[in-house]
Amino acid sequence: MQTFHNIGLAVAMSSILFASQGFASDYVALPGSNFASVLPAVSNGPKDAALPPAPVVIHAFRLRDEPVTNAEFLAFVTAHPDWRRDRIARVFGEARYLSHWQAADVVGAKAKADQPVTNVSWFAAEAYCESEGARLPTWYEWEYAAAADESRADARGDPEWRNRILGWYATPSNEPLQTVGGAANFYGVRDLHGLVWEWVEDAGSLLIASDSRDQNDPDKLAFCGAGALELKDRDNYAVLMRVALLSSLKAVDTTANLGFRCAKPLDGQVP
Amino acid sequence: MDDSAETKIRMGKSMNRLVLMFVAAIFLGLPGCSSRTPGVGTPAATAETGGSAKGDFGPPQGEPIHAVLSSPPNVPPPIHRDHPAKVIVELSVIEKELPISEGVMYTFWTFGGTVPGSFIRVRQGDTVEFHLRNDPSNKMPHNIDLHGVTGPGGGAASSFTAPGHESQFTFKALNQGLYVYHCATAPVGMHVGNGMYGLILIEPPEGMAPVDHEYYVMQGDFYTTGKYREKGHQPFDMEKAIDERPTYVLFNGAEGALTGDNALSAKTNERVRLFVGNGGPNLVSSFHVIGEIFDRVQQEGGTHPQENVQTTLIPAGGAVTVEFHTEVPGSYILVDHSIFRAFNKGALAILKVSGPEDKSIYSGKEVDSVYLGDRAGADLRAVSTAAEAHASGTLTQADQVAAGKQLFAGTCSVCHQNTGEGIPNVFPPLAKSDFLAADPKRAISILLHGRTGPITVNGKDFNSVMPPMTQLTDDEIANILTYVLNEWGNPGGRIDKADVAKARAESAEPAPAAH
Repeated sequence: MQTFHNIGLAVAMSSILFASQGFASDYVALPGSNFASVLPAVSNGPKDAALPPAPVVIHAFRLRDEPVTNAEFLAFVTAHPDWRRDRIARVFGEARYLSHWQAADVVGAKAKADQPVTNVSWFAAEAYCESEGARLPTWYEWEYAAAADESRADARGDPEWRNRILGWYATPSNEPLQTVGGAANFYGVRDLHGLVWEWVEDAGSLLIASDSRDQNDPDKLAFCGAGALELKDRDNYAVLMRVALLSSLKAVDTTANLGFRCAKPLDGQVP
Repeated sequence: MDDSAETKIRMGKSMNRLVLMFVAAIFLGLPGCSSRTPGVGTPAATAETGGSAKGDFGPPQGEPIHAVLSSPPNVPPPIHRDHPAKVIVELSVIEKELPISEGVMYTFWTFGGTVPGSFIRVRQGDTVEFHLRNDPSNKMPHNIDLHGVTGPGGGAASSFTAPGHESQFTFKALNQGLYVYHCATAPVGMHVGNGMYGLILIEPPEGMAPVDHEYYVMQGDFYTTGKYREKGHQPFDMEKAIDERPTYVLFNGAEGALTGDNALSAKTNERVRLFVGNGGPNLVSSFHVIGEIFDRVQQEGGTHPQENVQTTLIPAGGAVTVEFHTEVPGSYILVDHSIFRAFNKGALAILKVSGPEDKSIYSGKEVDSVYLGDRAGADLRAVSTAAEAHASGTLTQADQVAAGKQLFAGTCSVCHQNTGEGIPNVFPPLAKSDFLAADPKRAISILLHGRTGPITVNGKDFNSVMPPMTQLTDDEIANILTYVLNEWGNPGGRIDKADVAKARAESAEPAPAAH
């Protein structure tokens, strides 16, 4: 009950503090918490398989309530032409970067203004977030926000929550993306599931960082069975597939279903 | 430096092995070609291929070759090459919606756009440069684990590929045989369950014996949230997959993929070779072709074929090569002989064999007659004699006993035995039966309605089930019981057809409401 009370307070505060700042998309505050992630917490100590993974400490933060849209990203590249697709350095964005737009400065007919922007590299996403005084959320922050459904902070035990995620996986991606603005979850965040994959700040270090390869269990997600071994709860595979996708990408990569949103610290704190 | 030292040691070892083999060959007088001579007792060792240790035929020769891939049920042409080559394989992963059954759509994840994926054919010793492409419109990252690869993960770790990207890795095909490949991205079961598997054939260096037809068939189990044949788009059901309760078990990824116009075909007097894999993810297949016997079955990459096989087991993630010769025209049904899968979950395919009939091998239907059970004697004349006698009003007890004896052999003796002794503890005796003697007419009701539950006969307790013998006419029941009453020390007497008719009529009356 205590936790719920705090969350309610934080949500109320956030709408007072930030609702009037004039962003096309708002940032909503999420309270800090100890969170049980699908990924075991990183430990530098000796591995003890007998111990359950320690919960992850999430500090209170703010999260964009919707993914960044084509229109928003167009405004960004207009203000920062270095990130136009015809000017970006190839080390910051591969050939498919923004390739679904009609031109470097025109979204065009094949993409809608209020669809989430896709075909963006991690570098471009991070640069966008910096441009609005933010950063990409960490995996744990993203996963924590995405554990909610419309009425509960942690709906992961509900098969219905999982089925909605899986339903998206089973939908062929030959149809145009939906626009942003799905139902708000418990925290007031929209479209975490069912619309696009999203970049996270630490995407490059999820499980298959190149420097971890000489340890005992390299490429954990890359081949057979490892996924199952890593799963704390076998039902969490739906979320783990997001990790798998992010693990397969380099920061320069883009895909047609990959977008992003940004995060900020609570007001008055250093990012 | 460690590597080079190890390489030297390994080279030294294999040199030793070569020398040993050579020496052995000399001592045995090079019997390789005459190994089938009976009585020679050729050691099995000479028939061994040596596996991966002897599968390296040196560096690839000539220009690189682009592998011909084929969609199921077709198989790429045989390789007629006498040297190792560099073979380039380009395989694309495509996520697409396809029918899994009539009016039922499913989002498959495929290698090459089909389930099973494209068939790959190379030669042992070939250096395979593998390109795995993940289509830009795909949502998921994918990779490939080829069971024909020697190396950690079978290529999986080297081929993890994001949508819109391509991975490349190279391996030498050291072991000959038929191998499954599949996606091994987490959750592995879901990727496999969505159709991500196929076969790679690594031909032996001497090639394969020519046949008239080669086909590619692969079994897989599928898990949808809706019931079997429930219409519309059906999503993957992880719960059913974990519980191993498939909605569909299919050959080549769809009901009807290999039936009707899509059936496999051959002519009589031809040799057929099927490359059959099992992608799983869960079930093991009891592969059988109804009406055929496999002349030859090679498990996996086995070089010692089994012969004359009716049903062969294909593990999930395993494969067999089966060969048979066609003699009789008709439709041959390929099934998983875990037979509910065939008739209730879709595991059916058809091979149509056309050509002239050969009645000396299979006659077709010759006689359609009433079957009276395997104990029925050839001589049922007594039964018809009794029937005629009854009709003319001259039926004697002797006629009834004679007819009843024949009928008893056909219907009753399976349980009660020809001696009337029954089977101890299971089926009660009719011989010298106190139960029968106590009330002979009660037996009519037992034949008409059967009897279930405890019963004591001659001091022994029994508790089993006798089904009602409703197929017997009044006439037949009367004859059987008359026979029984006059055999094996029973009290004698006679049951008349009218008694049976009366009992039957009584039992047909409405049951008391209280029942």
